[in-house]
Amino acid sequence: MMKNRKKIVNVVYHIFVCAAGFIMIYPLLWMIMSSFKETSTIFTTATSLIPEHFTLENYANGWKGFAKVSFATFFKNSLFISIVATVGTVLSSSIVAYGFARCNFPGKKILFAAMLASMMLPAQVLMIPQYLWYQKLNWVGSYLPLIVPYWFAVQGFFVYLMTNFIEGIPRELDEAAKIDGCSYYGIYRRIIFPLMVPSMITGSIFSFMWRWDDFLGALLYVNKTEKYPVSLALKMFCDPSSSSDYGAMFAMATLSILPAVLIFFCLQKYLVEGISTSGLKG
Amino acid sequence: MKKKKQRTLRQKLNTERSAGILCTLPFTIGFLAFMIVPMCISLYYSFCDYNILTPPVFSGLKNFKRMIEDSVFYQTLFVTFKFAIISVPLRLVFALIVAMLLFKSTKMTGIYRAMYYLPSIIGGSVAVAILWKRLFSLDGLINKILMSLGMKESVAWLGDTRTAIWTLIILAVWQFGSSMLIFLSALKQIPTSLYEAARVDGANGWQQFWKITLKLLTPTIHFNLVMQMINGFLAFTQCLIITQGKPLNSTLFYTVYMYQQSFLFGSTGYGAALAWVMLALIAFITWILFATKKLWVYDGGL
Repeated sequence: MMKNRKKIVNVVYHIFVCAAGFIMIYPLLWMIMSSFKETSTIFTTATSLIPEHFTLENYANGWKGFAKVSFATFFKNSLFISIVATVGTVLSSSIVAYGFARCNFPGKKILFAAMLASMMLPAQVLMIPQYLWYQKLNWVGSYLPLIVPYWFAVQGFFVYLMTNFIEGIPRELDEAAKIDGCSYYGIYRRIIFPLMVPSMITGSIFSFMWRWDDFLGALLYVNKTEKYPVSLALKMFCDPSSSSDYGAMFAMATLSILPAVLIFFCLQKYLVEGISTSGLKG
Repeated sequence: MKKKKQRTLRQKLNTERSAGILCTLPFTIGFLAFMIVPMCISLYYSFCDYNILTPPVFSGLKNFKRMIEDSVFYQTLFVTFKFAIISVPLRLVFALIVAMLLFKSTKMTGIYRAMYYLPSIIGGSVAVAILWKRLFSLDGLINKILMSLGMKESVAWLGDTRTAIWTLIILAVWQFGSSMLIFLSALKQIPTSLYEAARVDGANGWQQFWKITLKLLTPTIHFNLVMQMINGFLAFTQCLIITQGKPLNSTLFYTVYMYQQSFLFGSTGYGAALAWVMLALIAFITWILFATKKLWVYDGGL
Protein backbone atom coordinates (compact mmCIF):
# COMPACT_ATOMS: atom_id res chain seq x y z
CA MET A 1 0.00 0.00 0.00
CA MET A 2 2.71 2.42 1.10
CA LYS A 3 4.91 1.32 -1.80
CA ASN A 4 2.10 1.87 -4.28
CA ARG A 5 1.51 5.36 -3.04
CA LYS A 6 5.18 6.19 -3.38
CA LYS A 7 5.10 4.94 -6.95
CA ILE A 8 2.13 7.15 -7.81
CA VAL A 9 3.81 10.22 -6.30
CA ASN A 10 6.88 9.41 -8.35
CA VAL A 11 4.95 9.11 -11.61
CA VAL A 12 3.09 12.37 -10.94
CA TYR A 13 6.40 14.07 -10.23
CA HIS A 14 7.92 12.96 -13.52
CA ILE A 15 4.85 13.88 -15.54
CA PHE A 16 4.72 17.31 -13.96
CA VAL A 17 8.42 18.12 -14.37
CA CYS A 18 8.38 16.79 -17.92
CA ALA A 19 5.31 18.79 -18.93
CA ALA A 20 6.65 22.02 -17.45
CA GLY A 21 9.99 21.43 -19.16
CA PHE A 22 8.23 20.85 -22.44
CA ILE A 23 6.44 24.20 -22.10
CA MET A 24 9.81 25.80 -21.42
CA ILE A 25 11.36 24.62 -24.65
CA TYR A 26 8.17 24.73 -26.72
CA PRO A 27 8.94 28.14 -28.29
CA LEU A 28 12.28 26.82 -29.52
CA LEU A 29 10.78 23.60 -30.83
CA TRP A 30 8.15 25.65 -32.57
CA MET A 31 10.76 27.81 -34.27
CA ILE A 32 12.81 24.81 -35.38
CA MET A 33 9.80 22.94 -36.72
CA SER A 34 8.44 26.07 -38.41
CA SER A 35 11.68 26.44 -40.31
CA PHE A 36 10.82 23.17 -42.08
CA LYS A 37 7.30 24.26 -43.03
CA GLU A 38 6.38 26.05 -46.24
CA THR A 39 6.54 29.78 -45.51
CA SER A 40 2.88 30.39 -46.36
CA THR A 41 1.72 27.71 -43.93
CA ILE A 42 3.76 28.69 -40.86
CA PHE A 43 1.10 30.87 -39.29
CA THR A 44 -1.95 29.09 -40.67
CA THR A 45 -0.75 25.84 -39.08
CA ALA A 46 0.90 27.49 -36.08
CA THR A 47 -0.71 25.21 -33.51
CA SER A 48 0.61 21.97 -34.99
CA LEU A 49 4.25 21.22 -34.39
CA ILE A 50 4.85 18.72 -37.19
CA PRO A 51 5.09 20.17 -40.74
CA GLU A 52 2.59 18.80 -43.26
CA HIS A 53 5.15 18.99 -46.02
CA PHE A 54 8.70 18.77 -44.84
CA THR A 55 10.81 21.23 -46.85
CA LEU A 56 14.35 22.60 -46.85
CA GLU A 57 13.42 25.46 -49.15
CA ASN A 58 13.59 28.00 -46.31
CA TYR A 59 17.20 27.13 -45.64
CA ALA A 60 18.08 27.59 -49.31
CA ASN A 61 16.23 30.92 -49.47
CA GLY A 62 17.62 32.24 -46.22
CA TRP A 63 21.17 31.24 -47.01
CA LYS A 64 21.14 33.64 -49.98
CA GLY A 65 21.23 36.46 -47.45
CA PHE A 66 20.85 40.14 -48.24
CA ALA A 67 22.22 42.41 -50.95
CA LYS A 68 24.15 39.59 -52.59
CA VAL A 69 25.94 38.73 -49.33
CA SER A 70 25.15 35.16 -48.33
CA PHE A 71 24.87 33.82 -44.81
CA ALA A 72 28.13 31.94 -45.40
CA THR A 73 29.89 35.31 -45.13
CA PHE A 74 27.96 36.27 -41.99
CA PHE A 75 28.81 32.98 -40.31
CA LYS A 76 32.45 33.33 -41.31
CA ASN A 77 32.56 36.83 -39.82
CA SER A 78 30.94 35.69 -36.58
CA LEU A 79 33.32 32.76 -36.27
CA PHE A 80 36.34 34.97 -36.90
CA ILE A 81 35.34 37.61 -34.33
CA SER A 82 34.26 35.07 -31.70
CA ILE A 83 37.33 32.87 -31.98
CA VAL A 84 39.94 35.64 -32.03
CA ALA A 85 38.27 37.48 -29.14
CA THR A 86 37.90 34.26 -27.15
CA VAL A 87 41.54 33.22 -27.57
CA GLY A 88 42.57 36.69 -26.43
CA THR A 89 40.25 36.67 -23.45
CA VAL A 90 41.36 33.27 -22.20
CA LEU A 91 45.10 33.81 -22.63
CA SER A 92 45.24 37.30 -21.16
CA SER A 93 42.88 36.41 -18.31
CA SER A 94 44.94 33.38 -17.35
CA ILE A 95 48.16 35.41 -17.07
CA VAL A 96 46.44 38.15 -15.08
CA ALA A 97 44.80 35.56 -12.86
CA TYR A 98 48.19 34.01 -12.15
CA GLY A 99 49.51 37.41 -11.10
CA PHE A 100 46.57 37.92 -8.75
CA ALA A 101 46.57 34.42 -7.30
CA ARG A 102 50.29 33.83 -6.75
CA CYS A 103 52.16 37.14 -6.43
CA ASN A 104 52.12 39.92 -3.89
CA PHE A 105 52.93 43.33 -5.26
CA PRO A 106 52.22 46.95 -4.38
CA GLY A 107 48.82 48.09 -5.64
CA LYS A 108 47.41 44.57 -5.84
CA LYS A 109 44.41 45.36 -3.67
CA ILE A 110 43.42 48.40 -5.71
CA LEU A 111 43.86 46.53 -8.95
CA PHE A 112 41.79 43.62 -7.68
CA ALA A 113 39.05 46.02 -6.63
CA ALA A 114 39.18 47.57 -10.11
CA MET A 115 38.74 44.12 -11.58
CA LEU A 116 35.66 43.46 -9.43
CA ALA A 117 34.29 46.88 -10.36
CA SER A 118 34.75 46.11 -14.05
CA MET A 119 32.54 43.07 -13.54
CA MET A 120 29.78 45.35 -12.32
CA LEU A 121 30.35 47.87 -15.09
CA PRO A 122 28.44 46.50 -18.03
CA ALA A 123 28.76 47.12 -21.74
CA GLN A 124 25.61 49.22 -21.95
CA VAL A 125 26.94 51.92 -19.64
CA LEU A 126 30.23 51.98 -21.52
CA MET A 127 28.54 51.97 -24.93
CA ILE A 128 28.67 55.69 -25.58
CA PRO A 129 32.01 56.44 -23.83
CA GLN A 130 33.73 53.65 -25.71
CA TYR A 131 32.18 54.60 -29.01
CA LEU A 132 33.50 58.15 -28.72
CA TRP A 133 36.94 56.86 -27.77
CA TYR A 134 37.13 54.34 -30.62
CA GLN A 135 36.02 57.04 -32.99
CA LYS A 136 39.00 59.12 -31.89
CA LEU A 137 41.24 56.11 -32.50
CA ASN A 138 39.65 55.66 -35.96
CA TRP A 139 38.52 52.16 -35.08
CA VAL A 140 34.85 52.58 -35.96
CA GLY A 141 33.92 50.51 -39.01
CA SER A 142 36.52 47.82 -38.33
CA TYR A 143 36.59 44.74 -36.12
CA LEU A 144 39.20 46.28 -33.82
CA PRO A 145 36.73 47.40 -31.08
CA LEU A 146 35.24 43.89 -31.10
CA ILE A 147 38.61 42.17 -30.71
CA VAL A 148 41.47 44.26 -29.28
CA PRO A 149 40.02 45.03 -25.82
CA TYR A 150 39.50 41.32 -25.18
CA TRP A 151 43.25 40.72 -25.49
CA PHE A 152 43.66 42.92 -22.39
CA ALA A 153 41.56 40.85 -19.97
CA VAL A 154 38.87 43.53 -19.74
CA GLN A 155 36.17 41.06 -18.69
CA GLY A 156 36.64 40.72 -14.95
CA PHE A 157 34.42 37.65 -14.90
CA PHE A 158 37.07 35.49 -16.53
CA VAL A 159 39.91 36.82 -14.39
CA TYR A 160 37.82 36.16 -11.30
CA LEU A 161 36.91 32.64 -12.42
CA MET A 162 40.53 31.73 -13.12
CA THR A 163 41.96 33.42 -10.01
CA ASN A 164 39.68 31.24 -7.91
CA PHE A 165 40.76 28.19 -9.86
CA ILE A 166 44.49 28.87 -9.47
CA GLU A 167 44.05 29.41 -5.74
CA GLY A 168 42.80 25.85 -5.59
CA ILE A 169 46.08 24.49 -7.04
CA PRO A 170 48.42 23.45 -4.19
CA ARG A 171 51.25 25.93 -3.60
CA GLU A 172 53.66 23.09 -2.85
CA LEU A 173 53.97 22.56 -6.60
CA ASP A 174 55.21 26.14 -7.03
CA GLU A 175 57.64 25.80 -4.17
CA ALA A 176 59.09 22.57 -5.54
CA ALA A 177 59.58 24.15 -8.96
CA LYS A 178 61.18 27.23 -7.38
CA ILE A 179 63.70 25.07 -5.54
CA ASP A 180 64.51 23.36 -8.83
CA GLY A 181 65.37 26.77 -10.27
CA CYS A 182 62.16 27.65 -12.08
CA SER A 183 61.42 31.39 -12.47
CA TYR A 184 58.00 32.92 -11.74
CA TYR A 185 57.24 32.89 -15.44
CA GLY A 186 58.44 29.32 -15.76
CA ILE A 187 56.06 28.31 -12.96
CA TYR A 188 53.20 29.82 -14.93
CA ARG A 189 54.23 28.19 -18.18
CA ARG A 190 55.20 24.75 -16.89
CA ILE A 191 52.94 24.24 -13.89
CA ILE A 192 49.97 26.56 -13.59
CA PHE A 193 49.07 26.80 -17.29
CA PRO A 194 48.77 23.03 -17.87
CA LEU A 195 46.85 22.58 -14.60
CA MET A 196 44.32 25.32 -15.26
CA VAL A 197 43.10 23.92 -18.57
CA PRO A 198 39.65 22.97 -17.18
CA SER A 199 38.98 26.56 -16.12
CA MET A 200 40.18 27.77 -19.51
CA ILE A 201 37.71 25.45 -21.23
CA THR A 202 34.91 26.83 -19.07
CA GLY A 203 36.07 30.35 -19.89
CA SER A 204 36.27 29.65 -23.62
CA ILE A 205 32.74 28.31 -23.68
CA PHE A 206 31.29 31.38 -22.01
CA SER A 207 33.40 33.80 -23.97
CA PHE A 208 32.57 32.17 -27.29
CA MET A 209 28.86 32.13 -26.61
CA TRP A 210 28.81 35.74 -25.44
CA ARG A 211 30.84 36.93 -28.42
CA TRP A 212 28.66 34.92 -30.78
CA ASP A 213 25.50 36.51 -29.39
CA ASP A 214 27.01 39.98 -29.17
CA PHE A 215 24.63 42.38 -30.85
CA LEU A 216 25.33 45.76 -29.29
CA GLY A 217 29.02 45.87 -30.28
CA ALA A 218 28.34 44.81 -33.85
CA LEU A 219 25.46 47.27 -34.14
CA LEU A 220 27.72 50.16 -33.14
CA TYR A 221 30.95 49.35 -34.92
CA VAL A 222 30.24 47.30 -38.04
CA ASN A 223 28.68 49.30 -40.85
CA LYS A 224 29.19 47.31 -44.05
CA THR A 225 26.81 44.46 -44.91
CA GLU A 226 29.61 42.15 -46.02
CA LYS A 227 31.25 42.57 -42.61
CA TYR A 228 28.11 41.82 -40.58
CA PRO A 229 28.17 38.99 -38.05
CA VAL A 230 25.17 36.68 -37.85
CA SER A 231 23.47 38.55 -35.01
CA LEU A 232 23.32 41.75 -37.02
CA ALA A 233 22.32 39.98 -40.23
CA LEU A 234 19.36 38.35 -38.46
CA LYS A 235 18.09 41.74 -37.42
CA MET A 236 17.70 42.64 -41.10
CA PHE A 237 14.83 40.16 -41.28
CA CYS A 238 13.01 42.50 -38.89
CA ASP A 239 13.66 45.70 -40.81
CA PRO A 240 10.48 47.13 -42.27
CA SER A 241 12.08 47.35 -45.73
CA SER A 242 12.82 43.63 -46.01
CA SER A 243 10.19 41.28 -47.38
CA SER A 244 8.74 39.17 -44.61
CA ASP A 245 9.92 35.68 -45.50
CA TYR A 246 9.30 34.15 -42.10
CA GLY A 247 10.37 30.70 -43.20
CA ALA A 248 13.81 31.94 -44.18
CA MET A 249 13.99 34.01 -41.02
CA PHE A 250 13.27 31.02 -38.76
CA ALA A 251 15.67 28.85 -40.76
CA MET A 252 18.57 31.27 -40.28
CA ALA A 253 17.64 31.93 -36.66
CA THR A 254 17.74 28.17 -36.06
CA LEU A 255 21.18 27.92 -37.65
CA SER A 256 22.42 30.86 -35.58
CA ILE A 257 21.58 29.18 -32.26
CA LEU A 258 23.02 25.86 -33.40
CA PRO A 259 26.60 26.50 -32.15
CA ALA A 260 25.37 27.47 -28.67
CA VAL A 261 23.04 24.46 -28.47
CA LEU A 262 25.76 22.07 -29.67
CA ILE A 263 28.27 23.46 -27.16
CA PHE A 264 25.63 23.19 -24.47
CA PHE A 265 24.92 19.53 -25.09
CA CYS A 266 28.53 18.48 -25.61
CA LEU A 267 30.16 20.48 -22.83
CA GLN A 268 27.33 20.77 -20.31
CA LYS A 269 29.57 19.62 -17.47
CA TYR A 270 31.96 22.56 -17.84
CA LEU A 271 29.12 25.06 -18.19
CA VAL A 272 27.29 23.90 -15.11
CA GLU A 273 30.51 23.91 -13.10
CA GLY A 274 31.37 27.40 -14.31
CA ILE A 275 28.02 28.78 -13.25
CA SER A 276 27.81 27.07 -9.90
CA THR A 277 31.37 27.90 -8.86
CA SER A 278 31.43 31.51 -10.03
CA GLY A 279 27.75 32.19 -9.59
CA LEU A 280 27.31 34.28 -12.68
CA LYS A 281 24.87 34.61 -15.51
CA GLY A 282 24.87 32.29 -18.49
CA MET B 1 80.28 43.43 -18.36
CA LYS B 2 77.24 43.44 -20.60
CA LYS B 3 76.43 39.91 -19.66
CA LYS B 4 76.45 40.76 -15.99
CA LYS B 5 74.02 43.63 -16.50
CA GLN B 6 71.66 41.39 -18.41
CA ARG B 7 71.65 38.90 -15.63
CA THR B 8 70.81 41.50 -13.02
CA LEU B 9 67.89 42.69 -15.12
CA ARG B 10 66.74 39.14 -15.36
CA GLN B 11 67.07 38.71 -11.63
CA LYS B 12 65.18 41.93 -11.06
CA LEU B 13 62.34 40.67 -13.21
CA ASN B 14 62.26 37.38 -11.35
CA THR B 15 61.03 38.72 -8.03
CA GLU B 16 57.54 38.16 -6.74
CA ARG B 17 56.88 41.88 -7.00
CA SER B 18 57.81 42.38 -10.62
CA ALA B 19 56.26 39.08 -11.67
CA GLY B 20 52.98 40.23 -10.16
CA ILE B 21 53.13 43.63 -11.77
CA LEU B 22 54.11 42.22 -15.16
CA CYS B 23 51.53 39.46 -15.17
CA THR B 24 48.69 41.80 -14.30
CA LEU B 25 49.93 44.43 -16.76
CA PRO B 26 47.47 43.45 -19.54
CA PHE B 27 44.55 44.15 -17.22
CA THR B 28 46.08 47.43 -15.98
CA ILE B 29 46.50 48.64 -19.55
CA GLY B 30 43.10 47.35 -20.66
CA PHE B 31 41.32 48.85 -17.68
CA LEU B 32 42.89 52.27 -18.25
CA ALA B 33 42.64 52.29 -22.05
CA PHE B 34 39.18 50.78 -22.52
CA MET B 35 37.34 51.85 -19.39
CA ILE B 36 38.86 54.76 -17.50
CA VAL B 37 39.91 56.87 -20.50
CA PRO B 38 36.56 56.51 -22.32
CA MET B 39 34.69 57.22 -19.09
CA CYS B 40 36.69 60.42 -18.58
CA ILE B 41 36.15 61.55 -22.16
CA SER B 42 32.43 60.98 -21.89
CA LEU B 43 32.31 62.78 -18.55
CA TYR B 44 33.67 65.84 -20.35
CA TYR B 45 31.25 65.39 -23.26
CA SER B 46 28.32 65.17 -20.88
CA PHE B 47 28.94 68.87 -20.21
CA CYS B 48 29.09 69.68 -23.93
CA ASP B 49 26.90 70.26 -26.93
CA TYR B 50 28.09 67.47 -29.14
CA ASN B 51 26.69 65.48 -32.06
CA ILE B 52 29.69 63.47 -33.39
CA LEU B 53 29.87 65.49 -36.63
CA THR B 54 30.84 68.86 -35.16
CA PRO B 55 33.44 69.43 -32.45
CA PRO B 56 32.14 69.59 -28.86
CA VAL B 57 31.26 72.98 -27.37
CA PHE B 58 31.27 73.32 -23.60
CA SER B 59 27.76 74.08 -22.39
CA GLY B 60 27.90 73.58 -18.64
CA LEU B 61 24.94 71.84 -17.05
CA LYS B 62 22.71 72.21 -20.11
CA ASN B 63 22.40 68.46 -20.74
CA PHE B 64 21.45 67.79 -17.13
CA LYS B 65 18.89 70.61 -17.12
CA ARG B 66 17.43 69.13 -20.29
CA MET B 67 17.15 65.78 -18.51
CA ILE B 68 15.14 67.31 -15.67
CA GLU B 69 12.66 68.73 -18.16
CA ASP B 70 12.61 65.68 -20.41
CA SER B 71 9.36 63.76 -19.84
CA VAL B 72 10.58 60.83 -21.95
CA PHE B 73 13.54 60.46 -19.57
CA TYR B 74 11.16 59.93 -16.63
CA GLN B 75 9.06 57.59 -18.73
CA THR B 76 12.09 55.40 -19.57
CA LEU B 77 13.16 55.35 -15.91
CA PHE B 78 9.68 54.23 -14.92
CA VAL B 79 9.56 51.53 -17.61
CA THR B 80 13.02 50.23 -16.71
CA PHE B 81 12.25 50.11 -12.98
CA LYS B 82 8.94 48.39 -13.61
CA PHE B 83 10.62 45.81 -15.84
CA ALA B 84 13.41 45.06 -13.35
CA ILE B 85 11.23 45.05 -10.24
CA ILE B 86 8.70 42.64 -11.74
CA SER B 87 10.96 40.37 -13.76
CA VAL B 88 13.86 39.83 -11.33
CA PRO B 89 11.87 38.54 -8.30
CA LEU B 90 9.65 36.42 -10.56
CA ARG B 91 12.72 34.91 -12.13
CA LEU B 92 14.21 34.11 -8.73
CA VAL B 93 10.97 32.54 -7.48
CA PHE B 94 10.75 30.29 -10.54
CA ALA B 95 14.45 29.45 -10.26
CA LEU B 96 14.01 28.42 -6.62
CA ILE B 97 10.87 26.35 -7.23
CA VAL B 98 12.42 24.45 -10.12
CA ALA B 99 15.69 24.00 -8.23
CA MET B 100 13.76 22.39 -5.35
CA LEU B 101 11.93 20.16 -7.81
CA LEU B 102 15.14 19.02 -9.49
CA PHE B 103 17.03 18.61 -6.23
CA LYS B 104 15.75 15.10 -5.84
CA SER B 105 18.06 13.24 -8.15
CA THR B 106 16.66 10.60 -10.47
CA LYS B 107 17.91 9.08 -13.71
CA MET B 108 16.19 11.85 -15.64
CA THR B 109 17.63 14.80 -13.67
CA GLY B 110 20.30 15.56 -16.26
CA ILE B 111 17.75 15.81 -19.06
CA TYR B 112 15.34 17.89 -16.97
CA ARG B 113 18.09 20.28 -15.96
CA ALA B 114 19.04 20.70 -19.62
CA MET B 115 15.42 21.45 -20.59
CA TYR B 116 15.06 24.21 -18.02
CA TYR B 117 18.49 25.65 -18.58
CA LEU B 118 18.50 25.73 -22.40
CA PRO B 119 16.46 28.97 -22.69
CA SER B 120 19.07 30.84 -20.63
CA ILE B 121 21.84 29.76 -22.97
CA ILE B 122 20.30 31.33 -26.04
CA GLY B 123 17.82 33.80 -24.52
CA GLY B 124 19.97 36.86 -25.16
CA SER B 125 20.40 36.17 -28.85
CA VAL B 126 18.83 38.03 -31.72
CA ALA B 127 17.33 34.74 -32.92
CA VAL B 128 15.19 34.45 -29.81
CA ALA B 129 14.23 38.12 -29.99
CA ILE B 130 12.84 37.78 -33.51
CA LEU B 131 11.13 34.54 -32.51
CA TRP B 132 9.47 36.32 -29.58
CA LYS B 133 8.23 39.07 -31.86
CA ARG B 134 6.49 36.45 -34.02
CA LEU B 135 5.11 34.53 -31.04
CA PHE B 136 3.20 37.58 -29.83
CA SER B 137 2.25 39.01 -33.23
CA LEU B 138 -1.40 39.24 -34.30
CA ASP B 139 -1.29 35.94 -36.21
CA GLY B 140 1.35 34.48 -33.89
CA LEU B 141 1.44 31.29 -31.87
CA ILE B 142 0.10 32.75 -28.61
CA ASN B 143 -3.03 34.13 -30.26
CA LYS B 144 -3.55 30.91 -32.21
CA ILE B 145 -3.35 28.80 -29.05
CA LEU B 146 -5.64 31.10 -27.09
CA MET B 147 -8.18 31.10 -29.93
CA SER B 148 -8.17 27.33 -30.12
CA LEU B 149 -8.91 27.43 -26.38
CA GLY B 150 -11.97 29.56 -27.05
CA MET B 151 -10.85 33.20 -27.14
CA LYS B 152 -12.98 35.21 -29.59
CA GLU B 153 -10.51 37.49 -31.39
CA SER B 154 -6.76 37.86 -31.47
CA VAL B 155 -5.07 40.35 -29.16
CA ALA B 156 -2.44 42.85 -30.33
CA TRP B 157 -0.04 42.01 -27.49
CA LEU B 158 2.74 44.19 -28.87
CA GLY B 159 0.45 47.04 -29.86
CA ASP B 160 -1.23 47.64 -26.50
CA THR B 161 0.45 49.82 -23.88
CA ARG B 162 -0.85 47.51 -21.14
CA THR B 163 0.49 44.23 -22.53
CA ALA B 164 3.61 45.11 -24.56
CA ILE B 165 5.92 45.34 -21.54
CA TRP B 166 4.72 41.93 -20.34
CA THR B 167 6.02 40.21 -23.46
CA LEU B 168 9.50 41.46 -22.47
CA ILE B 169 8.98 40.47 -18.83
CA ILE B 170 7.94 36.95 -19.83
CA LEU B 171 11.01 36.67 -22.04
CA ALA B 172 13.23 37.69 -19.09
CA VAL B 173 11.54 35.32 -16.62
CA TRP B 174 11.80 32.47 -19.14
CA GLN B 175 15.58 32.65 -18.73
CA PHE B 176 15.69 31.65 -15.06
CA GLY B 177 18.06 28.74 -15.78
CA SER B 178 21.35 30.17 -14.54
CA SER B 179 19.84 31.30 -11.23
CA MET B 180 18.35 27.83 -10.93
CA LEU B 181 21.78 26.22 -11.29
CA ILE B 182 23.20 28.51 -8.61
CA PHE B 183 20.32 27.60 -6.27
CA LEU B 184 20.83 23.90 -7.00
CA SER B 185 24.47 24.01 -5.98
CA ALA B 186 23.60 26.05 -2.87
CA LEU B 187 20.88 23.55 -1.91
CA LYS B 188 23.40 20.72 -2.08
CA GLN B 189 25.54 22.46 0.53
CA ILE B 190 22.82 22.46 3.18
CA PRO B 191 23.67 19.56 5.53
CA THR B 192 20.93 16.92 5.78
CA SER B 193 21.58 16.67 9.52
CA LEU B 194 19.73 19.98 9.96
CA TYR B 195 16.57 18.52 8.44
CA GLU B 196 16.91 15.38 10.55
CA ALA B 197 17.24 17.44 13.70
CA ALA B 198 14.20 19.51 12.71
CA ARG B 199 12.16 16.36 12.09
CA VAL B 200 13.09 15.01 15.49
CA ASP B 201 11.87 18.29 16.96
CA GLY B 202 8.59 17.82 15.12
CA ALA B 203 8.87 20.43 12.37
CA ASN B 204 6.75 19.81 9.28
CA GLY B 205 7.95 20.21 5.69
CA TRP B 206 6.67 23.75 5.42
CA GLN B 207 8.48 24.85 8.59
CA GLN B 208 11.64 23.14 7.42
CA PHE B 209 11.48 25.06 4.17
CA TRP B 210 11.07 28.47 5.85
CA LYS B 211 13.37 27.97 8.80
CA ILE B 212 16.16 25.99 7.17
CA THR B 213 16.17 25.99 3.38
CA LEU B 214 15.15 29.58 2.73
CA LYS B 215 17.15 30.98 5.59
CA LEU B 216 20.37 29.30 4.51
CA LEU B 217 19.75 30.34 0.92
CA THR B 218 19.47 34.05 1.68
CA PRO B 219 23.15 34.78 0.84
CA THR B 220 22.65 33.12 -2.55
CA ILE B 221 19.38 34.97 -3.09
CA HIS B 222 21.07 38.24 -2.25
CA PHE B 223 23.91 37.62 -4.67
CA ASN B 224 21.49 36.69 -7.42
CA LEU B 225 19.36 39.70 -6.69
CA VAL B 226 22.31 42.09 -7.07
CA MET B 227 23.56 40.58 -10.33
CA GLN B 228 20.12 40.20 -11.90
CA MET B 229 19.01 43.69 -10.91
CA ILE B 230 22.04 45.20 -12.63
CA ASN B 231 21.34 43.12 -15.71
CA GLY B 232 17.66 43.93 -15.53
CA PHE B 233 18.38 47.63 -15.70
CA LEU B 234 20.53 47.13 -18.74
CA ALA B 235 18.30 45.03 -20.98
CA PHE B 236 18.84 46.26 -24.51
CA THR B 237 18.73 43.79 -27.41
CA GLN B 238 15.26 42.42 -26.69
CA CYS B 239 13.70 45.85 -26.43
CA LEU B 240 15.46 47.18 -29.53
CA ILE B 241 14.35 44.28 -31.69
CA ILE B 242 10.97 43.26 -30.29
CA THR B 243 9.25 46.54 -29.44
CA GLN B 244 11.63 49.44 -30.19
CA GLY B 245 9.95 51.17 -27.26
CA LYS B 246 6.54 51.09 -28.91
CA PRO B 247 3.68 51.65 -28.34
CA LEU B 248 3.78 55.22 -26.99
CA ASN B 249 7.16 54.63 -25.28
CA SER B 250 5.49 52.13 -22.95
CA THR B 251 8.41 49.71 -23.38
CA LEU B 252 11.20 52.21 -24.01
CA PHE B 253 14.11 51.07 -21.85
CA TYR B 254 16.64 53.56 -20.53
CA THR B 255 19.51 51.98 -22.47
CA VAL B 256 17.57 52.06 -25.73
CA TYR B 257 16.68 55.72 -25.18
CA MET B 258 20.35 56.43 -24.54
CA TYR B 259 21.21 54.69 -27.80
CA GLN B 260 18.57 56.60 -29.74
CA GLN B 261 19.67 59.98 -28.39
CA SER B 262 23.33 59.35 -29.12
CA PHE B 263 23.26 57.62 -32.45
CA LEU B 264 19.91 58.33 -34.08
CA PHE B 265 18.89 61.79 -32.86
CA GLY B 266 22.42 63.24 -32.89
CA SER B 267 22.51 64.34 -29.22
CA THR B 268 25.68 62.53 -28.26
CA GLY B 269 26.46 64.92 -25.42
CA TYR B 270 23.02 64.27 -23.94
CA GLY B 271 23.57 60.54 -24.40
CA ALA B 272 26.86 60.75 -22.49
CA ALA B 273 25.06 62.56 -19.66
CA LEU B 274 22.38 59.83 -19.63
CA ALA B 275 25.10 57.17 -19.41
CA TRP B 276 26.62 58.84 -16.35
CA VAL B 277 23.25 59.13 -14.63
CA MET B 278 22.67 55.43 -15.36
CA LEU B 279 25.99 54.57 -13.78
CA ALA B 280 25.14 56.59 -10.68
CA LEU B 281 21.73 54.87 -10.47
CA ILE B 282 23.24 51.40 -10.70
CA ALA B 283 25.81 52.25 -8.05
CA PHE B 284 23.03 53.58 -5.83
CA ILE B 285 20.85 50.48 -6.23
CA THR B 286 23.79 48.17 -5.61
CA TRP B 287 24.58 50.17 -2.48
CA ILE B 288 20.99 49.88 -1.24
CA LEU B 289 21.02 46.12 -1.83
CA PHE B 290 24.23 45.80 0.17
CA ALA B 291 23.11 48.22 2.89
CA THR B 292 19.90 46.26 3.50
CA LYS B 293 21.78 42.98 3.41
CA LYS B 294 22.11 42.58 7.17
CA LEU B 295 18.35 42.99 7.62
CA TRP B 296 17.44 39.74 5.92
CA VAL B 297 20.54 37.82 4.91
CA TYR B 298 21.63 35.02 7.20
CA ASP B 299 25.36 35.09 7.89
CA GLY B 300 25.69 32.84 10.92
CA GLY B 301 27.43 30.01 9.14
CA LEU B 302 26.35 26.41 9.44
